[in-house]
Amino acid sequence: MSVAFSESARREFDALFSRYPDREAVILPALYIAQREFGYVSGEAVEYLAGLIGVSAARIEGVATFYTMYNRKPVGKYHVQICRNISCSLLGAEHLIEHVSRKLGVKPGQTTPDGKFTLSTAECLGSCGTAPVMQVNDDYHENLTQEKIDALLDRLP
Amino acid sequence: MERVLTTHFADDRYRHVDAYVETGGYSALRKALGMPKEEIVAEVRKANLRGRGGAGFPAGVKWGFLPKDLSRPRVLVVNADEGEPGTFKDRLIMSRGPHLLVEGIAISSFAMTIHVCYIYIRGEFVREAKILEEAIGEAHAKGFLGKNILGSGFDLDVYVHRGAGAYICGEETSLINSLEGKRGWPRNKPPFPAAIGAFGLPTIVNNVETISDVPWIVANGGERFAAMGVEKNGGTRLIGVSGAVNRPGVYELPAGVNLRDIIYEHAGGIKDGKELKAVIPGGSSTPVLRPGEIDVAYDIESMARIGSASGSGGVIVIPEGACMVRALMVLMNFYSHESCGQCTPCREGTGWLAKIVRRIEEGKGLEGDVELILDVCDNMMGRTICPLSEAAVMPAQSFVWKFREEFDRHIKDQKCPYGNKF
Repeated sequence: MSVAFSESARREFDALFSRYPDREAVILPALYIAQREFGYVSGEAVEYLAGLIGVSAARIEGVATFYTMYNRKPVGKYHVQICRNISCSLLGAEHLIEHVSRKLGVKPGQTTPDGKFTLSTAECLGSCGTAPVMQVNDDYHENLTQEKIDALLDRLP
Repeated sequence: MERVLTTHFADDRYRHVDAYVETGGYSALRKALGMPKEEIVAEVRKANLRGRGGAGFPAGVKWGFLPKDLSRPRVLVVNADEGEPGTFKDRLIMSRGPHLLVEGIAISSFAMTIHVCYIYIRGEFVREAKILEEAIGEAHAKGFLGKNILGSGFDLDVYVHRGAGAYICGEETSLINSLEGKRGWPRNKPPFPAAIGAFGLPTIVNNVETISDVPWIVANGGERFAAMGVEKNGGTRLIGVSGAVNRPGVYELPAGVNLRDIIYEHAGGIKDGKELKAVIPGGSSTPVLRPGEIDVAYDIESMARIGSASGSGGVIVIPEGACMVRALMVLMNFYSHESCGQCTPCREGTGWLAKIVRRIEEGKGLEGDVELILDVCDNMMGRTICPLSEAAVMPAQSFVWKFREEFDRHIKDQKCPYGNKF
């Protein structure tokens, strides 16, 4: 086992433990910290968190695989997630997904060979009034058009 | 028209404590701290404040379910896991008026003798989580949270806890499991969270908008809040209109406003001058309405009378020319994806509904598929721990009942008359 969390991550873990009456409650936030530190939630990170929290690795694994936002394998530098739910679809999201898929040369769920982009479809992102919507890493991009997506993706370094 | 929540939302400064205080913010907390706790609860009851997350349970009554003895600490959980398709109002509160929520939390916690609150926010709302944490920090610095709030001797800590992408966690017992670091699997009720909730402690789970209404109620009185709405639904509601309208967005309107007016006056009518085909009135789980059914008061009882619901306040507008089979396919894909897998009727049923509707849409529908959809629905209703199963059944049944001819035509012609796209 060879994961090394940063000093600041270890301080965050300590702070998290003080927030809840039960150590296991830190599992979700701790998985986010692991993902931030290493880009995804690796098996080694799961082992480490299991030791830190005092539960089995299977316990952490069960949580990490339940939630869609924990990436169990590395994703691209930019994770492009386009909403495909009803309000976005009514306003053209399906076409946008096809467009981005063609533009990047990958299907939803795949990463470009240079590791720059991972394309995913997402279920409702809770931004239906500004549909169509996509999330690139942490940021929302709303009222999308093909042109807006092109301009955005083209200028990402 | 008087507004409870959104009056200052256009002002960027309002998300910070100084501007919030300038507009009278935190004066309701000051007032509440000088009131007997039961009087605060009584005002919330008088207000007819119905839960804004979808179920519409009276907030004051829910608070009353806490056990009387104070030997075990109690927990307040704010449900900010906004994820019902078509719903995007809580995000607006959190991003434009986070101190409304923080003040509501402080007042509600004081009224219920609660010293710790977790705001469970959906994982995708990274920005809103940061805004909330900043607001909580500001409130701490001003003495509105933390130890000995405004010299009252009352202590309260508030933490933001992020979900991680699971619609089911909007269901309160699933949310509690998720908060405890578990998979978001709903729990059987009873015991209800008010008796045994988060960490085994008595817990109240309230929606963001519900809690954010509390400061206004304390400041202005429950009766005035109740009078803004209709008989059993007090106050205003944040109504999100999305889909094919000219002015999509969130509108704060009195409970009981006419649904047609929401769409045609406030949201500016149907986009591109089209005719209206259908309305999903209260988030994707609520039964769809035909154009002839929308002349109705948008409150819980009136919507129930026509067999639908105002739910979480998300009005989704479907225009003429949009394929209803495709629309249902999108929704069934969603429920199938989001079923937590715990109960067989839901896990299997949502999967089958998605599969059958997809094959109809793709021109491969079999004779009897429409009956099969309804049969699957019958086997899903009332047979599961939580309402996700029913949330899938309501649109499935209502789409079939009200737009049957479109399903039949897809099967008869073995193709989508709309060309498999919106």
